[in-house]
Amino acid sequence: MQGLPLLSLAIWAPIIAGVAVLFTGSDRNAQAARVIALVGAVIGFAVTIPLYTGFNLQQGGFQFIEMRPWIGAFNVNYHLGIDGISLLLILLNSLTTVLVVIAGWDIIKSRVSQYMAAFLVLSGLMNGVFSALDALLFYVFFEATLIPMFIIIGVWGGPNRVYAAMKFFLYTLMGSLLSLVALIYLYNVAGGTFAFLDLYEIPLPLFVQVLVFIAFFMAFAVKVPMWPVHTWLPDAHVEAPTGGSVVLAAIMLKLGGYGFLRLSLPIVPDASIYLAPVVIALSLIAVVYIGLVALVQTDMKKLIAYSSISHMGFVTLGIFIFNAQGVEGAVIQMISHGFISGAMFLCVGVLYDRMHTRQIADYGGVANRMPVFAALFMLFAMANAGLPGTSGFVGEFLVIMGAVKVNFWYAFAAAITLIFGAAYTLWMYKRVVFGAVANAEVGALKDINAREFLVLGVLAALVLVMGIWPQPFAEVLHTSVNELLAHVSYSKLPAQ
Amino acid sequence: MQKLYLLVPLAPLAGALIAGLLGWMIGRRASHWVTITGMVVCLVASFLVYQDVMRGNVFNGPIYTWLVSGNIRFELGFLIDPLSATMMMVVSFVSLMVHIYTIGYMADDPGYQRFFSYISLFTFSMLMLVMSNNFLQLFFGWEAVGLVSYLLIGFWYTRPTAIYANLKAFLVNRVGDFGFLLGIALVLMYFGSLDYAAVFANAGRLADNTVELFPGVSWSLMTVICILLFIGAMGKSAQFPLHVWLPDSMEGPTPISALIHAATMVTAGIFMVARMSPLFELSETALSFVLVIGAITAFFMALIATVQYDIKRVVAYSTLSQLGYMTMALGASAYSAAIFHLFTHAFFKAVLFLGAGSVIIAMHHQQDMRKMGGLAKYMPITYMTMLIGALANAGLPPFAGFFSKDTIIEAIHHATVPGTGFAFVLAVAGVFVGGFYSFRLMFYTFHGKERFADPHDPDARAADADAKAAAQHDDHAHDDHGHDSHSHAPHESPAVVWVPLVLLAIPSVCAGWFIGTIVYGNYFGSSIMVSPAHPALAVLTQDFPGVMGMMEHALATQPFWLAVAGAGTAWFIYIVRPELPGILRRKWGVLVTILMEKYGFDRFNDWFFAGGARALGTGLWKGGDVAVIDNVMVNGSARLVGWFAAVVRHVQSGYIYHYAFAMIIGVLLLLTLAFIG
Repeated sequence: MQGLPLLSLAIWAPIIAGVAVLFTGSDRNAQAARVIALVGAVIGFAVTIPLYTGFNLQQGGFQFIEMRPWIGAFNVNYHLGIDGISLLLILLNSLTTVLVVIAGWDIIKSRVSQYMAAFLVLSGLMNGVFSALDALLFYVFFEATLIPMFIIIGVWGGPNRVYAAMKFFLYTLMGSLLSLVALIYLYNVAGGTFAFLDLYEIPLPLFVQVLVFIAFFMAFAVKVPMWPVHTWLPDAHVEAPTGGSVVLAAIMLKLGGYGFLRLSLPIVPDASIYLAPVVIALSLIAVVYIGLVALVQTDMKKLIAYSSISHMGFVTLGIFIFNAQGVEGAVIQMISHGFISGAMFLCVGVLYDRMHTRQIADYGGVANRMPVFAALFMLFAMANAGLPGTSGFVGEFLVIMGAVKVNFWYAFAAAITLIFGAAYTLWMYKRVVFGAVANAEVGALKDINAREFLVLGVLAALVLVMGIWPQPFAEVLHTSVNELLAHVSYSKLPAQ
Repeated sequence: MQKLYLLVPLAPLAGALIAGLLGWMIGRRASHWVTITGMVVCLVASFLVYQDVMRGNVFNGPIYTWLVSGNIRFELGFLIDPLSATMMMVVSFVSLMVHIYTIGYMADDPGYQRFFSYISLFTFSMLMLVMSNNFLQLFFGWEAVGLVSYLLIGFWYTRPTAIYANLKAFLVNRVGDFGFLLGIALVLMYFGSLDYAAVFANAGRLADNTVELFPGVSWSLMTVICILLFIGAMGKSAQFPLHVWLPDSMEGPTPISALIHAATMVTAGIFMVARMSPLFELSETALSFVLVIGAITAFFMALIATVQYDIKRVVAYSTLSQLGYMTMALGASAYSAAIFHLFTHAFFKAVLFLGAGSVIIAMHHQQDMRKMGGLAKYMPITYMTMLIGALANAGLPPFAGFFSKDTIIEAIHHATVPGTGFAFVLAVAGVFVGGFYSFRLMFYTFHGKERFADPHDPDARAADADAKAAAQHDDHAHDDHGHDSHSHAPHESPAVVWVPLVLLAIPSVCAGWFIGTIVYGNYFGSSIMVSPAHPALAVLTQDFPGVMGMMEHALATQPFWLAVAGAGTAWFIYIVRPELPGILRRKWGVLVTILMEKYGFDRFNDWFFAGGARALGTGLWKGGDVAVIDNVMVNGSARLVGWFAAVVRHVQSGYIYHYAFAMIIGVLLLLTLAFIG
């Protein structure tokens, strides 16, 4: 296994499979497209498993390094490597791709090959983001992910898809352009290198750090998304097809959190500490304000989208309290949110495929007709509400435990999610699933089929395993998080 | 022995999983057999563990490492000492009785397997809670029992009242858990561990620490931690003002009202505070807070019980009141008395609930006592067992409740923390009210006119009118409760129903006689710590006259005569002068309305918290997200978007789609080719 370039495989296997799927052409060959896509996605996931089994828990720095010159003239390298944080995100991404391909199996009927191709390419590109060790390579992957997602929303989306796709595209593109400027500046300061490891070492005065931080922040805060640059997300989710919502929530949002961990904290640690109160305030606004907004949503997807923003508030809060519980909690929250929000969107998709509406008011009494679905949906709803024993609890618990060390009131505001999270999730669940059969359409519902059961079942198992025994997920993080925190605590201000 | 510890919670878990996941396949009979077998195994194992603990073998050790973060290890583990062993016995015994009873009570329910799965899952969660040796697992069990309670209150999920009640219960409990979790966070921060042993060992060292939550105001660390933890107990054990969920939880099937909302889950808060006695003993303020909250709950909730007509709600408010007594005992540092009352209450309250359930079966799911009456001769076993329950609940000797309640009142009398006087008055007054509502229930249900046979009886007609108004008012789904009068006479319930009643009635009589050992002996050993500064129970121990002596002594004290007076008043009003209730209701209209409105908490909460949150959410959404952020900030570039959209409309044709892919791949290739050389 050591000989194989596993990270390159994780990036390029899905992309190549995606291109192959495109060659099946029109929808007459839809079945072939589906099969190739599934094979590609499974291979893409299979090559990431040795990354976990072969990961050295004690070794610091990056592992599975690959290094080739790319643009020699500018000293840009195709430089890959992962630490524990990227490892978990790559696994999450590759697994989610398999699930999304299965979930869209006979739901997507038009442009099947292009749909499948878009998801496979997106998956490869995101693995690229999570494993790039060269800032320009990172940037290229980071920006490139926009294109397939833009297409997914714009082509297979709902009636208002063009507006939503444009809002998504502009928001995120505007955000990230500044970060390119910052990277080029850093390249020059560092003496002509984009390597993260070199950028981590260069001293910078506080004023410059703050500017660089703001540039990065624009890119990553939009992706997370943080209040007040979050309004693209509900629109994007509402218009996106189910698979698009799943990938958007489960993986794409994590690019933001990952960016903070990989770039902001180690490259501009002093500015990160200096501006942390601002970021924390925005995170807590996300938790509380967005929690209230989620409560009054009438569209299920919008509700879950707002709930995502609220949960991602825990990620940014955890990262910017700079202690082991906070940062590990943030990463675990990202993984868990991937499972839970993905599952929640799939659940809404299951209902939407049958009823063609996402309005809560159109439902009621679904449990009478779909008991298996209701049970699984209950589990995910409880996980979304952060019930102990599900993955949703672990990250929030750790972040709250970490936050109280910094300031009691941070923990206080964050813990409000215990109430709000339960309120908006279970109130929606009550109105949709409980009650007497509300109308004839609900009366005619059929319970989930084997394909849907498989997808939701896998996620249910992951949610439970991670809740009951999170240690296998957490243990890969310790060394990486400790190194990261060491970077943060080591001032880069030039000696006076 | 360690394998046996694991068996105790895992046997019910296995039953729950089999009945829950495979119930559709194995059928109804197999489902109840598998869960009951699990419960029998659990009870036997608990008993063996109990015996072992009584021989002095205390265990404290980990099961597995849940998570390591930074330098903190979060481990799940067991602490098996007299306190947890006693709780294990109570939980597994009552749970087994309820399992058996359920065979009869739920016989016709389509959700039979699901119900057995839930109650076994509950037992597992509750056992994990009481057996825990750390705060994390405590919180796990804490939330898990909350989950099962939520599932069971909403068991009949087509009823609007049930799914309203279960959401309410979960959210109110979450408010408590909010405080609880913050308390745990502070414990972890200051002690660096969540293991009881490590925390308790260092508690004294941190006793003088202060925290400044607001600049310039410093509070004792222990006070802050204990009050936060106690807020969790207020949610779970339904203490004022977080009591509002418990009466509504009666929407669930009766067996779980007995098991979860009377005997076990709601006592988790009491158990938790007793477990944390080494922390609470360090804060006078926290103890005083506990005492006052308990007193308010004990007295004012008992008052509501006196005007309720729904037989289950009377018992529910009585539970609230009894929980208030337990809480007062905690505040008076009489932890062992609190646990002892928990122990006796578990039996007699289970009897009352299961007896009420038996009556409800006989009345074809009619719960309104105005449509009952004179049932004693039709249901002699139910009557006798419920009478025992009522006597115990009223605190009359020699029944179990007398010993525990009397000890609590005496302990409050000797307590020294601020608020003791207030608590003592309410505690004593509550005894009268307790005697009254217990016997009001008995007389209304089992004596007097047989109103179920006579639809023209004024009481029965009032009940019908109320039911109709309720049905119009908020769509109460009591329609399946059947308001028609029944032609055939009610009869005693089947053996699966009355056998558990009898088995629970026995300890309702004699559990109190163990008071000498449990409260005044050194029964709990090191699992409960009382500071010498709070000598209430120590004083009582010196004067403890034995079981017989205690009963003799009682004849000369107020509480006994107040309880008798309460029962006598009920007899006078409901048997001797049955026209009195109507007259009193008219005369004391305002008071009755206040009580019927439950002091207005539900209305206020619905309006202020539920309505307020929705209004605020709408305001932030429409005002913040839509108006300011989207319209001003984002759509400032709206024209830009519009212009872009015009260009990108081609996306749907697929052309730009291909371009986009071509572009990204092409750029990469070009860059690579151009610069590699």
